[in-house]
Amino acid sequence: MTTATLNEQELRVEEPAPVVRMVACGSVDDGKSTLIGRLLTETDSVPIDQLEYARTTRRGGSTIPVGEIDYSLLTDGLEAEREQGITIDVAYRHMDLPNGRRIIIADAPGHEQYTRNMAVAASTADIGVLLVDAARGLRPQTYRHLTVCALMGVTGVIVAVNKMDLIGYEHATFEELAGSIRAAAVRLGIEDVTVIPVSAVTGANVIESGDTMPWYTGETVLGALETWEPPAAAEDAPFRLPVQLISRAGGNFRGYSGTIASGSVRVGDRLELAESGQSASVERVLISGEDAVEAHMGDAVTVTLDHEIDVTRGDLLCGAGEDVAKTADKFTADLVWLGEKPLAQGRSYMLYVGPRAVPATITAVRYKLDVVEGHQHAARRLEMNDIGRVEFATDSPIALDPYEVCRDTGGFLLVDRVSADTVAAGLTRWALRRGDPNIHPHDYKVAEADRTALMGHPPRVVWMTGLSGSGKSTIADAAVARLHEEGVHTFVLDGDNVRHGLNRDLGFTPGGRAENVRRVAEVAKLMKQAGLVVIVALVSPYIADRRAAANIFDEGEFLEVFVDTPLSVAQERDPKGLYKKAAAGEIPNMTGVGQDYEAPERADVHLDGTQSVADNAERLVRAVLGE
Amino acid sequence: MTTNTHEMPEITEDSVLEALEAEAIHIFRETAAAFQNPVLLYSIGKDSSVLLHLALKAFAPAPIPFPVMHIDTGWKFKEMITFRDEQAEKLGLDLRIAQNKEAIAEGVTPFTHGTHEYTRIMKTVALREGLDQYGFDVAIGGARRDEERSRAKERVFSLREPGHRWDARKQRPEFWRTTNSRLAEGQTMRSFPISNWTELDVWEYIRKENIEIPSLYFAAPRPVVERSGTLIMVDDDRLPLEDGEEPEIRTVRFRTLGCYPLTGAVESDAADLDTLIEEMGQSKMSERSGRLIDGEGGGSMEAKKAEGYF
Repeated sequence: MTTATLNEQELRVEEPAPVVRMVACGSVDDGKSTLIGRLLTETDSVPIDQLEYARTTRRGGSTIPVGEIDYSLLTDGLEAEREQGITIDVAYRHMDLPNGRRIIIADAPGHEQYTRNMAVAASTADIGVLLVDAARGLRPQTYRHLTVCALMGVTGVIVAVNKMDLIGYEHATFEELAGSIRAAAVRLGIEDVTVIPVSAVTGANVIESGDTMPWYTGETVLGALETWEPPAAAEDAPFRLPVQLISRAGGNFRGYSGTIASGSVRVGDRLELAESGQSASVERVLISGEDAVEAHMGDAVTVTLDHEIDVTRGDLLCGAGEDVAKTADKFTADLVWLGEKPLAQGRSYMLYVGPRAVPATITAVRYKLDVVEGHQHAARRLEMNDIGRVEFATDSPIALDPYEVCRDTGGFLLVDRVSADTVAAGLTRWALRRGDPNIHPHDYKVAEADRTALMGHPPRVVWMTGLSGSGKSTIADAAVARLHEEGVHTFVLDGDNVRHGLNRDLGFTPGGRAENVRRVAEVAKLMKQAGLVVIVALVSPYIADRRAAANIFDEGEFLEVFVDTPLSVAQERDPKGLYKKAAAGEIPNMTGVGQDYEAPERADVHLDGTQSVADNAERLVRAVLGE
Repeated sequence: MTTNTHEMPEITEDSVLEALEAEAIHIFRETAAAFQNPVLLYSIGKDSSVLLHLALKAFAPAPIPFPVMHIDTGWKFKEMITFRDEQAEKLGLDLRIAQNKEAIAEGVTPFTHGTHEYTRIMKTVALREGLDQYGFDVAIGGARRDEERSRAKERVFSLREPGHRWDARKQRPEFWRTTNSRLAEGQTMRSFPISNWTELDVWEYIRKENIEIPSLYFAAPRPVVERSGTLIMVDDDRLPLEDGEEPEIRTVRFRTLGCYPLTGAVESDAADLDTLIEEMGQSKMSERSGRLIDGEGGGSMEAKKAEGYF
């Protein structure tokens, strides 16, 4: 480090941010790889053997002479993409600036279909560097990238108007472009915008200003990266510590470990748990295992409290009083849909926010955002790369901050319960319904165990799934007759029957089916609590819905039974004439015809629907009796 | 303001190291708390020493809550094994050693099977078997994004399909500090707490925190032979010498540590950390370039990863 920069640092009152995360946006055509490659090379952030590779290797169609650096090879990663010549994912690289600042670059591909990658890269970024082709001007992609940056909370944008050499370094054209970019950014809520005319190929205004654009007196790209500072954290930013784990050690040590997501904490501060409302005072603050007086956002801490309160992983420790995050069970959020399968309204997903995970259901899609024009379009579903506004409900009340207050306690992931894939990233906007503090489950004196004793057998839920016409109701009927003889108290919840009453408002779309399954599962639970053996006979074609149903029961209470009958057999039986109607196009949502049936991977009981009803009923009875 | 000169920093700022440390601790804690059965893969190198140090800090004052596992090919430098056992003793580690004993019995060596096949059998297969044997669902490693081009896209939490297979298309997007830690049937996870560190950061951190590392990293007179430009240390008498080949004593050190017949030494006078870091600032080669097993075509690391290599 030079003496000059050392002195500068001593004079600075506020500590400059040591690490700045940057998202690189724009397409290869805009010269993004060249700009990033040049920045990396000129700041000495590329090992020489990799530079050598970029000098000697050429991909098909390259016009860069061997011996010169093909910068795009420096910012490439996987073999697959080198073959295809496109970037398919986000790459992370580091760059050390002359003033000692570390830049972590998230390089997102510029293709239209990869909005999701752009969103990933922008989600942790402080600043965006956006490439605009001076010759082609603002394009749909420019707006798309600005919109995603704004949405994901990127606070500053450096716009590099590239290829100035192709337009003769014209001042007037640049000013015109700069004006439109500033206007677009401000409209989206990004106020911190720096626009720089550059030529990534010649290097003008990248590292040094050069002499081609004497009319430009502002910063170079490197200079802007060095001097940019994130907006100062508000003094009164609320304290948020999502608890990752409880640390127990000798001498009765009990600490709560996590990374501070917002605000700061000092010894003696009063803290409160968002969900339970219990509070205590901070006794010790440990940063990286060592005692400290205070700690700030981004620090990995362990705090101990002056008295024990009930804390588990996933709880949110907040500053007490006004600062406590509010809990609710219904929210409005923006979703970036990442999954290959579209969003299914009514489907239950796992919601992850930091160390917390709760089941959540999308209850309504409000609109889809046109990321180029900024318009909101009515929509009923979201597909991969769509961004849209939704409402969702969580199974239990949870504290979520608005995303603009805190990224780490307001941003969440939706995860498919079966494939475990991350299907969406969500940005909480506001809470719709507070968890009602006036509703408290009442504990009655006669409990489930007492009823079980009176009944003389344990209650149970037997969930029969299979195609229409597979034989579910027929087998259930025979099994219940046998159980009745054995003195077992039973009840059958039949799909067709509940749709005449309780669920007559529901349709047969994936969303309607999810809600149908949810209600039947809740009713089955009530009946189980009453002490009954409940047989559910329901097509319930989706694994995720059945798993959500199983999840509200304890281990051993829920038996999944797969009535496995080939579609051809069921179609031939066609007891209700539904397959004929489906074939005539009258029932578009018929399972096995217009909609998929997802067979259980490992049902508790697997019945071959082509075998005799009596045999299958007998197997079911034995399973229920636990034989 | 225009920047006309750009002198590069030779040291990593302490504040940068603190930020990287906090991030690594967060990842360690998440790994330990969100999964059932974590393990730290311990390779005895400098990155492993840093990982252990970070793990101690992440859980202090409680002890490290998971075992560490070493994949022992039987061809590591002697000093590495001594160092490993000393560290385990000193830090009270629950050390597991995984080794492909069948292959050793069958006489698989770096000389008989070629480096690629040897690596697959002795490292990749041994790792897979070690993980399966104990049922570890997440393995913590010291991979960094600056090591090699294809690593730039590696996730912090990197998913493995059944059979420990890495599938580029199944990798999960990583937002904020939130991790999707859910595993489907047969899936496991790899966790890389120092993903965002550079090689120089690792060295600066070792100096700042006074972390113990094997002395092989420092220059000393050692017996070596030169083979197609690479200096190989004669660590024991198992290294077959070619006709007329005579080990000579040269002052060398190692940038990475692995199997001694496959690890190239560099001539150097850097006998302490300060000189070493200064020397590093000048050389600027990718550290993996000293490893004979990686240099087989542009994306060979990627191909190995797809098979389950770490």
